[in-house]
Order: sequence, then C-alpha cells, then structure tokens
Amino acid sequence: MEIWVLLSFPLLGGLWLGATGQRAQAPLANLLVSIATLGAAGFLAARVLQEGRVSAWDEQFVVDPFNVFLVGLTAFVGMTTAWFSRPYVRNEVQHGRLSASRLRLYHGMYQAFLFTLLVALTTNNLGLLWVAMEAATLTTVLLVSLYRTPASLEAAWKYFILCGVGIAQALFGTLLLYFAAEKVLGEGGGALLWTHLAQVKGQLEPTIVSLAFVFLLVGYGTKVGLAPLHNWLPDAHAEGPTPISAVLSGLLLNVALYAVLRTKVLVDGALHQPFAGHLMMGFGVFSVAVAALFLMRQKDIKRLFAYSSIEHMGLMTFAFGMGGAVANFAGLLHMTMHSLTKSAIFFAVGHASQKSGTQLMVQIRGLIRTSPTIGWGLLLGALAILGMPPFGVFASEFLILTTAMHEQPWATPLLLGALGVAFAAIFGKIQPMVFGPATGQRLPHPPAILPVFLHLTLVLILGLYLPPALALWYRQAAALLG
Amino acid sequence: MSHWNPAPFAQQLLDLFASLLLLIAFAMLSQRRILTLIHLFAWQGLILTLSIADSAWLTHQPHLYYSAVLTLIIKVLILPLLLHRLIRRLDVVWDVETLINIPTTMLVGIGLVVFSFNLALPISHFSSTILRNTLGIALASVLLSFMMMITRRKAVPQVIGFLALENGLFLAATSATYGMPMVVELGVALDVLVGMFIFGIFFFQIRETFDSLDIRHMEKLKEE
Repeated sequence: MEIWVLLSFPLLGGLWLGATGQRAQAPLANLLVSIATLGAAGFLAARVLQEGRVSAWDEQFVVDPFNVFLVGLTAFVGMTTAWFSRPYVRNEVQHGRLSASRLRLYHGMYQAFLFTLLVALTTNNLGLLWVAMEAATLTTVLLVSLYRTPASLEAAWKYFILCGVGIAQALFGTLLLYFAAEKVLGEGGGALLWTHLAQVKGQLEPTIVSLAFVFLLVGYGTKVGLAPLHNWLPDAHAEGPTPISAVLSGLLLNVALYAVLRTKVLVDGALHQPFAGHLMMGFGVFSVAVAALFLMRQKDIKRLFAYSSIEHMGLMTFAFGMGGAVANFAGLLHMTMHSLTKSAIFFAVGHASQKSGTQLMVQIRGLIRTSPTIGWGLLLGALAILGMPPFGVFASEFLILTTAMHEQPWATPLLLGALGVAFAAIFGKIQPMVFGPATGQRLPHPPAILPVFLHLTLVLILGLYLPPALALWYRQAAALLG
Repeated sequence: MSHWNPAPFAQQLLDLFASLLLLIAFAMLSQRRILTLIHLFAWQGLILTLSIADSAWLTHQPHLYYSAVLTLIIKVLILPLLLHRLIRRLDVVWDVETLINIPTTMLVGIGLVVFSFNLALPISHFSSTILRNTLGIALASVLLSFMMMITRRKAVPQVIGFLALENGLFLAATSATYGMPMVVELGVALDVLVGMFIFGIFFFQIRETFDSLDIRHMEKLKEE
C-alpha cells in the first residue's frame, strides 16, 4: 500500500504539472508534490524498519533495507531540488530563457523522472528495472535540450544515443540472466524476480551469468558514468538546466549503480569467485583516474563538477567491487554523502551562474562580496566534496581508502594520487571564484539558500556523528550486498 | 520446463527466419537511401513477427502469440508509418547518404558475426530447448545495427539503426527464453514508442537549429 502511495504522488503530480506547469504557482506545486512524495517515503521507511520487508503486486515490487535507504535519499534530494528549482525557474523566466510550453515540459518531466527513479528502486522485477532505467533517460533527454541552444541539442542527442545503446546492452544482459534463471526456476516461476533469483543464485549456470554481468555492467555502467563510457555525462550536466544537473548527479547515477549492485549479488552467488568485483574495481579505479586528469582542464563550472561526479561514482564502484561488510558500508555511506554534497554544490552553482550570466569559471568572480551565502555555500560544498574533515565525505573516503590498503594495496596509491590531483584542480578553480573582485548582478528572485545549507549541515553532522540507528540501517543494507 | 518433440519443420523455419533477419541487417548496413532503409526495417519487423509466432507454435506458449501481435503492430505498422511521415515532413524522402567503403564495412560485419557466434557458442550448449544458432544470430544482428549507428552521419539512419538493434534484442528474447514476461514486454514497447516520439521531436529541433540533419554539425562538445 505504502509503495503505491509513494509511486502515485510523482506520477499524478507529473501528469497534472504537464498540463498546468506554465502557471505562476507551478514551481510551488512542484515542491508540494515532492514534499508529499518525501512524506510517503518516510511512511514506507518506517514500515520497512518495523517489518524488515514490504512487498506489493505479487512481489513485483519489494522494498528491503537496501533500497528503502535509496528511496529515502531520492525523495529527499528530489524535494530539496524542487525547492531550489522554484527561484531558479522564476529567474530563468525573468531572463526570458523559458517559455510557457517549456515550463510545462520541465515541471511535468521533473516529476515523471522522479517517478521512474522510484519505480526502478522499488521494483523486484529486473525487466521492469530496465524499463524504468530507460524511461529515466527518456524523461530527462528533452530537459537537457530545454534551452534549444546548439550545444544543448548536441548534448541531448549524445545522451540519448549513448545511453540508449548502453541500456540496450543491459537488456541483453537481463535476457541472459533470465535464460540462466529459467533453467532453474522453470517457466512462469518468476525467473526475473530478484528475490526468487537470490534464492537460487547458487544454481545458476556460471558461464551464462558471467557473460550476462559483463553486458549488464557495460549497460548500466554507461548510466553510472564509468570511464570509458562516460562521454555523455559532462555534456548532459553542463547544457541542461541546473536543477536537472543536480538530480542527474545526485540521483540518476546512484540508481544506475543500484541496478549494477543488485545483479552483482546474483553473480557473486553463482560464481563463488570475485569476478564481478574485479571488473567493478577495474572500472572504478580507471574512472577515478580519468576524471582526475580531465578535472584539471575544465573551464565550465558545471562540467567541472560533472567530472567530479564521475570520480566519486568510480570510487563507489571500486568500494562495492572490493565487497565485504566494511567496504559496502563505506560505499553506501559515500553514496549518501556524494548525493547530498553534489546536489548542494549544483544549487550554489546554479545561482552563481545565473548571477554572472555565464558558466565559464574565469568570468565568475568574487561571489563572497555580492552574495556571501552563495559564495560560502559553494566554498564549503567544494571543501566537503574534496573530502575535507569534518564533512561526511571525509569519513566515507577514509573508510574506503583504509579498506583498500588492507585488501587491494595496489589501488591505494592510484586513488590517493587521483584524489590529490582532484583537490588541486577543484580548489584552485573555486577559490578565485569565491574571493577576488566581484562581478555579476542581483537576481530578480532571491535565491534558495536553505537547501544548500540544509544538505551541507546534514553532511557535516553525519561526518561528526553517525546515529546508531542509522549505522545499523547501513549495516543491514551492506549485509544484503554480501 | 516441459519436454516436447519439436516439429523439425518449425525448427528449420525458425532457423530460416533468423538468418533472413541477419541478411536484412547486412542489407541495412550497406543501404544508402533512407526510404529503402525504412522498408528494410519494416521487413525485418515482419520476419521477427513470423519468427516469434513460429516459436509460439513450437513451444505452445500462448503469451508468445500476444508478443507476436504486439511486434506486428509496433514494429511493422506504427514505427515504419511514423518514420514515413517524419521523412516526408522533414523532406528527406529521397535523401541519399554517401557511405564510404562499403566493402570494408561488410568485411568488418562478417567479422562481427564470427565473433558473436563464438561468444554465443558456450551458451548455446546449455540451450536444451530451442535453437542453438539463433542466439548467435541475434547477437550478430545487434552488433551489426550498432555498427550501422557508428558509420552513419545522418540522424534518421542512426535512429533506424537504433530501432533495428531493438529487433535483434527481441529475437534473442524469444529464441533464448520463451519471451519475457508480458509486463516487461509491454514496458519495453512503451519505451520504444515514447523514444520514437522523442526522436521525432528531436529531428525537428535539430533541423531548426542546424538547418540539416547531419550529425557532423554536432561535434562541437569536446575536451580540448
């Protein structure tokens, strides 16, 4: 029941906003729908905490401690982004960059996107998971090209084609998995349902399952933004509206990684050797290294943080690839911290580039003089994402690195070096933007500062003190990952 | 899993359909005219439909018949019609693309087929049920469509390649397994349809902005 309520808010909200999204109150309505979704996610989380597992529609939808944590995170960031989106959209309308029909498209698709993410997270059917992941691309592709500039069209086309082809590989992988499962479960035995698959994972044919995982990793890995499949990501982040960059980075990448993790559990069970883990560690370290090198060369602020997302997704993929209780715990923690911090940064970046009328970093200067809150938000956010203590990203990165020293010593120097390069690159570029002589003008609508600091405060608190209840929850989720 | 005695005739028919599908994939790879490409795509859809219907008959799976009807409606009727209307409204019906090095493309394509057969070989051994070769053929036509997308410089043929890729995946779905559950198939069909509409919107946006449907105009975003 709770699952239906959770899914119906963004679905109905999306339909309604698709029809009325051009009205003056639509940004507020968008926020209210997102708050309702967050409330439903809260009720669902409470029930999962009590009962351990909730299912609906003949187990087509199952929520356990692992995905309920991501459902909560998705609903929360979805809500704060809608909050930030309100002044952002009104300023864009004032600047004449958005017409009525595009506002309808924007608001309708925003909720539809959240709907597809929540379906992907709550479904137990690996086929439906694929359908929802593809639908998530479809809902955001027209948002990336919302401004209809040549660059945004190119970015959207690239996003569509690359993610489309990538996700086709994932469908082939899903098919192979289904093929392997059907041998064990028989026809009509729910051979695509993850819970059924998890029960018989030891009997699945290893050759087929390992081939299936390669296709699934390449397919969903394209959406995670793992190098060398990451080409669409910086363009799509840079050219779309900033609220969309925030949800792409903070939510979509997580959900794609979630899809990989669900299949990894099955593959590990079938193979009895860390084949999937090795592949993921390789992709992870490579992504971290590639992203660090590209970070130095960026001129556009949103591209800079898009590459930073690739780096952090790589780090998580590496952590989950190592496996084991501690690494999985660290990976889940890093997922949370990265989502919260990165979306906070994009909120600040969105307002900063609206003020300066550009996304080029050399032309954004002296934020701290013209609007101290945005300046501080950007600076603190950048410090947090770079893993400075006492922010939470430090805690999770520290855990990942210390585990790596124990279990995969070869990777530690590579990771540490890449994190160092990333620090120099990002901090060196952010510092003159925050300090230095001021440029930019006042915005017609006051920026939404609260979401930025709400996220950063959460990251700070979780960095200093992880409540035992939350830690227990993370441990349960990590245990589900094996 | 029940054991049946597959009628040899239906079995061979299935082989025939799969190889025809592969043949069309090759034809699409070398076809330069957009209109003919759409016709080829429709033919491929029809053969896919027949092949699904045939495996439904072979395996006595009623839901495969629904799946065949769904394929017929979407892949043979709706999508080609939509594409037809699109190219007429975009005024590119008689467009001819210059393809360089068709012989080389074909040779690489043959290499891909050999590769897919090798990749599918270990899996086909486990396939006690339907076909041994079909999975290899399905993978080969997926890769050929993939290659078609890479070699094309225009938006419409690229999208046709994308849709043909989906055909190959569906062949894999029905040959390796008894087809996906109905919920999933409906979901995939919905995604393909919505995707096609978005592609349509895109074509117009691209032409409006760049005055042509040539992808070459869209190679500005690069790391310098």
